[in-house]
Amino acid sequence: MKSIAELEAIRKKAQDSVKLRSERDGIRVVVGMATCGIAAGARPVMMALVEEVSKRQLKNVVVTQTGCIGACRLEPMVEVYQGDEKVTYVKLTPEDARKIVAEHLVNGHIVKECTIGAYEK
Amino acid sequence: MAKEFLTEENFQKLDEVILRHKNRQGALMPVLQEAQDIFGCLPIEVQRQISEGIKIPMSEIYGVVTFYSQFTLEPKGEYTISICMGTACYVRGAKPMVEKVAEMLGIAPGETSADAKFSLVATRCIGACGLAPILTVNEDVYGRLTLEDIPGIVEKYQKEGS
Amino acid sequence: MDLYRSHVLVCGGTGCVSSESMKIIESFETELAKHNIEKEIKVVKTGCFGLCEAGPIVIVYPEGAFYSMIKVSDVPLIVEEHLLKGRIVTDLLYKDHTTDETMNSIDDVGFYKKQQRVALRNCGVINPEIIEEYIAYDGYQALAKVLTEMTPDEVVDIIKRSGLRGRGGGGFPTGLKWEFTQKAPGDIKYVACNADEGDPGAFMDRSVLEGDPHAIVEAMTIAGYAVGACKGFVYVRAEYPIAVKRLQIAIDQAKENGLLGDDIFGTGYGFDMEIRLGAGAFVCGEETALIASIEGKRGMPKVRPPFPAIKGIFDKPTLLNNVETFANITQIILKGADWFAGIGTEKSKGTKVFALAGKINNTGLLEIPMGTTLRETIYEVGGGIPNGKAFKAVQTGGPSGGCIPAEYLDTPIDYDNLISLGSMMGSGGMIVLDEDNCMVDVARFFLDFTEEESCGKCTPCREGTKRMHELLDKIVEGKGTMDDVAKLETLAKTIKGASLCGLGQTAPNPVLSTLKYFRHEYEAHVNDKKCPAGVCQALLQYLVIDDLCKKCGICAAKCPVNCISGVKGKEIYHIDQERCIKCGACLVACPFKAIKKG
Repeated sequence: MKSIAELEAIRKKAQDSVKLRSERDGIRVVVGMATCGIAAGARPVMMALVEEVSKRQLKNVVVTQTGCIGACRLEPMVEVYQGDEKVTYVKLTPEDARKIVAEHLVNGHIVKECTIGAYEK
Repeated sequence: MAKEFLTEENFQKLDEVILRHKNRQGALMPVLQEAQDIFGCLPIEVQRQISEGIKIPMSEIYGVVTFYSQFTLEPKGEYTISICMGTACYVRGAKPMVEKVAEMLGIAPGETSADAKFSLVATRCIGACGLAPILTVNEDVYGRLTLEDIPGIVEKYQKEGS
Repeated sequence: MDLYRSHVLVCGGTGCVSSESMKIIESFETELAKHNIEKEIKVVKTGCFGLCEAGPIVIVYPEGAFYSMIKVSDVPLIVEEHLLKGRIVTDLLYKDHTTDETMNSIDDVGFYKKQQRVALRNCGVINPEIIEEYIAYDGYQALAKVLTEMTPDEVVDIIKRSGLRGRGGGGFPTGLKWEFTQKAPGDIKYVACNADEGDPGAFMDRSVLEGDPHAIVEAMTIAGYAVGACKGFVYVRAEYPIAVKRLQIAIDQAKENGLLGDDIFGTGYGFDMEIRLGAGAFVCGEETALIASIEGKRGMPKVRPPFPAIKGIFDKPTLLNNVETFANITQIILKGADWFAGIGTEKSKGTKVFALAGKINNTGLLEIPMGTTLRETIYEVGGGIPNGKAFKAVQTGGPSGGCIPAEYLDTPIDYDNLISLGSMMGSGGMIVLDEDNCMVDVARFFLDFTEEESCGKCTPCREGTKRMHELLDKIVEGKGTMDDVAKLETLAKTIKGASLCGLGQTAPNPVLSTLKYFRHEYEAHVNDKKCPAGVCQALLQYLVIDDLCKKCGICAAKCPVNCISGVKGKEIYHIDQERCIKCGACLVACPFKAIKKG
């Protein structure tokens, strides 16, 4: 290694891959992955989220999964936790998921048309 | 089981090892370690070859070989049963386990059975104190043992290959 | 770089490897592939988490779920429930001994709460075989800082001001050692790392090498810069194959990345290192003996002075530090001398790693600030004594240390306090003994060890340990006199004062400390011919408790020497003490617990 800049570059890149193990705050994106969720197509949604987050190198976002959220008819469901706030998205497609990453996670605008509130109306 | 491990092929391998380490400072220990990996032990014939190869007197080599407990002049048995006698294992009852194995095999710790099948070693701490008491048979590790487990383990290896 | 939604960390320390953690990793990989989620979840083999008692350990992030005592057969369930469906498998989570609560996250486990991890900071967090993970956790930052911003004098100064003392046993101030080596005249100097961890029951150095080998590579390179050396040796005992392998991988990776070799960071400074293996001689942990062994000689100590700092490996000035000492270096450089000096007690700074074992619930590796009391360590971190038994003593410092009884449990742990109690820090082995352990037998165990490991160079140690061992044998066999106990004490003091190296000077400590705190046990062996703990075979008696005997005759049938007499159904059984060989078969055989050991 000939320079400290090189070391810094490796560090930055590698930190992305290990940050799951130390970070506890930031945004948590939780995908409902019980049998109902998987049957309704939660897996492609999850993959889309992981890919999009990784592509945009979002550092404070953790994509994780949970069991049955309880509203099977609305699956695939995704909940986004940020601080005390929680937004619940329902009946998502992979395209919706990418949009949520771009709009909500990056720019901070909730994707209204996909939320449980919009659907229930 | 006369010294059949002293093959020409093994001596050739030894020459390569000597050549590789020859000009290194403090070469003796690494050469002895690799030689023991090749031959399984370090009899006089092997020591002589090393002495000539790295130009260190036989007396000195013999002194080093007999000083360190990992070096052995005689070949070890097919299975080496090592029972950890570290403090943690000792206070959790390793000593009766050594006695039990010794009784079953008819050899004392440090000895090899007449059929060259078993060597029994009461070894120093292997650092797996969380699993104490512990014993190893070659690479296999048995932990959290009780005295009642011993016969089963020894018999398993007695049956193997016989 | 791929991004994963979950990391599964599996302990790859020796303790857990012995209990099949490698097979667990394989099983995770197959199960993940079976569910097609191998691209979403990363399986990482890490170093020791420290809680070996509960091994094999698996931690799943981001939840931090802490699974303990995992078997290969548990893996499909974890994959299916937790990783696929997101439901934590509570049945497999670690349960705390003290509260009996199921712990969800590693941060909640009592064992880790009091700990402060400096030397072990990366163990159980990173994959030790991947240099990028080490770099991600600020690896090689300290080296960069030292090489580009600091002079060698400044490096020595910061280590001196930190108050770090040698973690291998002696507790010599590390900064002074660095300064002596730096000031020693000579063009060629060496840095050496003592990883010949021989104390039975101590395994912190192995864990650092297995879990965070780059920390040693980095620290040795820093030390080399500070003292003006360009070559390093790591002397590792051959009993640690995993540690040797991982350290070699780390050295190779550092070389590939230009973090070892010529002209590191374009500064013109170059450093190289190699591993030398021990061959099973305890005395090689002594610094002059270790140097002799690296030189390819018999590992025998030499008279000091000259100290290694003046005349070490191949007669060149050599800086020799222990693994755990080196493991603290990068943190001191990055966080400052004041930060380090702010932890611990007045004369012992920083943290210390202890290997807690013996009669204790949480066997394992723990790192606590200096000044934590023995009681906090044993009861709060260690979770107390199993099976409701009473605490008798804690043995610290391995064969060089002593046994500390219950009345000193509130002593804060530091170098000087342990020495004043007749024990020592040593490398940090901490063995807990309970009421079932005989102190005379424990003293004899350590003498057996030192007698065998004495190199034979100086007479007090070679002959003295043998004679002490013989006297202790006599006492445990019930043939000792009070005169023997007095002789033992005189002999112990002579060996302590007259031996050449640390091995001999400290070998009498187990005897002296047990004589000091547990003299009544020696007296019981000598005067009453009894072993209060019921350990020493020759002093044991097996007796039938008349009231409980149901006259079934099972004991008589089991007795290998036919020394139990009685009449089935009619007469209470009786053991003939003259012929009894004290095998204990009757005790195990009796279905009514009518036989006692006393």
